[in-house]
Amino acid sequence: MAFENEDKAKGYWRENLRLVLGLLAIWFFVSYICGIVLVDVLNQVEFAGFKLGFWFAQQGAMYVFVALIFVYAVKANALDKKYNVHED
Amino acid sequence: MDLQTLTYIIVGATFALYIGIAIWSKAGSTKEFYVAGGGVPPVMNGMATAADWMSAASFISLAGIVSFVGFDGSVYLMGWTGGYVLLATCMVPYLRKFGKYTVPDFIGERYYSQAARTVAVICAIFICFTYIAGQMRGVGVVFSRFLEVEVDTGVYIGMAVVFFYAVLGGMKGITYTQVAQYCVMIFAFMVPAIFISVMMTGHIFPQLGFGSQVLDAAGNPSGTYLLEKLDGLSTQLGFNQYTEGSKSMIDVFAITAALMVGTAGLPHVIVRFFTVPKVKDARSSAGWTLVFIAIMYTTIPAVAAFSRVNMIETINGPESTGVAYETAPQWIKNWEKTGLITWDDKNGDGKMFYANGEQNEMKIDRDIMVLATPEIADLPAWVIALVAAGGMAAALSTSAGLLLVISTSVSHDLLKKNLMPNISDKKELMYARIAAAVGVIVAGYFGINPPGFVAAVVALAFGLAASSLFPAIIMGIFSRTMNKEGAIAGMVTGLAFTSGYIVYFKFMNPELNNAANWLFGISPEGIGFIGMIVNFAVALVVSRMTTKIPDDVIEMVEGIRFPKGAGGAQDH
Repeated sequence: MAFENEDKAKGYWRENLRLVLGLLAIWFFVSYICGIVLVDVLNQVEFAGFKLGFWFAQQGAMYVFVALIFVYAVKANALDKKYNVHED
Repeated sequence: MDLQTLTYIIVGATFALYIGIAIWSKAGSTKEFYVAGGGVPPVMNGMATAADWMSAASFISLAGIVSFVGFDGSVYLMGWTGGYVLLATCMVPYLRKFGKYTVPDFIGERYYSQAARTVAVICAIFICFTYIAGQMRGVGVVFSRFLEVEVDTGVYIGMAVVFFYAVLGGMKGITYTQVAQYCVMIFAFMVPAIFISVMMTGHIFPQLGFGSQVLDAAGNPSGTYLLEKLDGLSTQLGFNQYTEGSKSMIDVFAITAALMVGTAGLPHVIVRFFTVPKVKDARSSAGWTLVFIAIMYTTIPAVAAFSRVNMIETINGPESTGVAYETAPQWIKNWEKTGLITWDDKNGDGKMFYANGEQNEMKIDRDIMVLATPEIADLPAWVIALVAAGGMAAALSTSAGLLLVISTSVSHDLLKKNLMPNISDKKELMYARIAAAVGVIVAGYFGINPPGFVAAVVALAFGLAASSLFPAIIMGIFSRTMNKEGAIAGMVTGLAFTSGYIVYFKFMNPELNNAANWLFGISPEGIGFIGMIVNFAVALVVSRMTTKIPDDVIEMVEGIRFPKGAGGAQDH
């Protein structure tokens, strides 16, 4: 066991899940909510020459996806350090 | 120099480059053959994965599809990028820590069962063959269009090139050639896109031009936004508004989800993240992959909109009364020869007219939207030659990645782990090469004799990945109690449900394939999403009723959840 004790192992996993679920909530929001479910509502709003809902579906969601992965990488690496389970 | 000579030179030069790289990076061990020795830097792996992922279909067809369906095309744009968020956060770091070579490896060991491994192998091989048939065809089509050889000859040449570097170099050779192929592909896609964006809107970045005002004849902003204009033209000609879809919301939702989850379950994508040195690298590598994909995928809808406006204006003229055929630009006549554009002068006025319904006189194939962009925008011949080389790079890189999974599944998962566990590393490597060679030949056969149902089969590949492999991997990581009975039952029912639904509507009763007959209004393209839910549900119920999983497996699951102790790069 790489963790000092059982509690640390549980704590690490809980924090990891919270991080992942938080990011997936944003992932779901920008693609399924803004780009699909609420697209007609958002299309009433104009945004830089686009209808906003359309922009999310064909541009915005993809930019957010890229950002999410890098945020995850940075935060997950920091979490590993905090619990001292990073690679040498 | 004429276009054809130029195309030969540019395509020939890129082929020489790929083969040169293959010789330089010949694989010496199974570890090098399967996962490039586990020593590929993350940015480079990201680039290679992007090339692996973006197929001939992405390069040649996707912009055309979006161009013709407008908003509904978003399912592909979001579906084929969003899966990487799932891969990065829920799968690749843990699978990299697990540290073996293949997806069936993980499923076989996590579910302590040869049966589970075998189901996974069958899924993997089936998915890869489905995919590769279309790639070889793509190689043949590009060859025949730009080099004026027979489609079959094109397929033979493509087979020979892939054979050479995939069989010789394995993952190591493939990875480094894919880096080169990515560069060729993205350059070939972006150059015409940037040209056409500058021409129509004055913006260098197509992503910005997409949301800008179109320029008038004098080169000043005309006050009308590109998308506004496109919506106007579409309505006027009897189409749906470009920015609004015609598919039902639930279907768009399900297709997007099936494509995302399917992407995350595709074995040739997952295996790429086994090639980086560390867990940390697997995380950032997924990010880089998506950066490199997004460069092209955010440009695609822009190109789609530009070329649609361009096409409508060229055919219907500024007053939307039609353009006389005599005065039509040369590219229309060039593409008419290939049969991808046809004109039927129904009202006999000698003018072309494009619309939805009775008045329409044009038949335009979606695939020419990308291939003809350089001609429409009147770009120099070398750009056209470059687009041919880019299409080839896209098809070759994806074929090679798929072939590798096929060969690994056979030599590693079937032979080494199943039928002949005692073979030496050298023998195993030999079998891997033989399997890759057989794979090339089978793929070539499908390229020359394409099954008429390629498009339907692609829905199947994503559906199967979404409903079989994805849930098994996710539960393998995030559940400590999922046992082999649950996992196998889940995979088998998910698989049976999804393939049954697709076969029923696509092959047995195509005439019933419409929204009124679909389950919850979900088309066969999106049914993998429901298949995935079925898989999860069945697995959970069955695992509750059957035996507990062994303690050493629980320990293994706990072990893959943190990075420390992952095997570093070896054999380098």
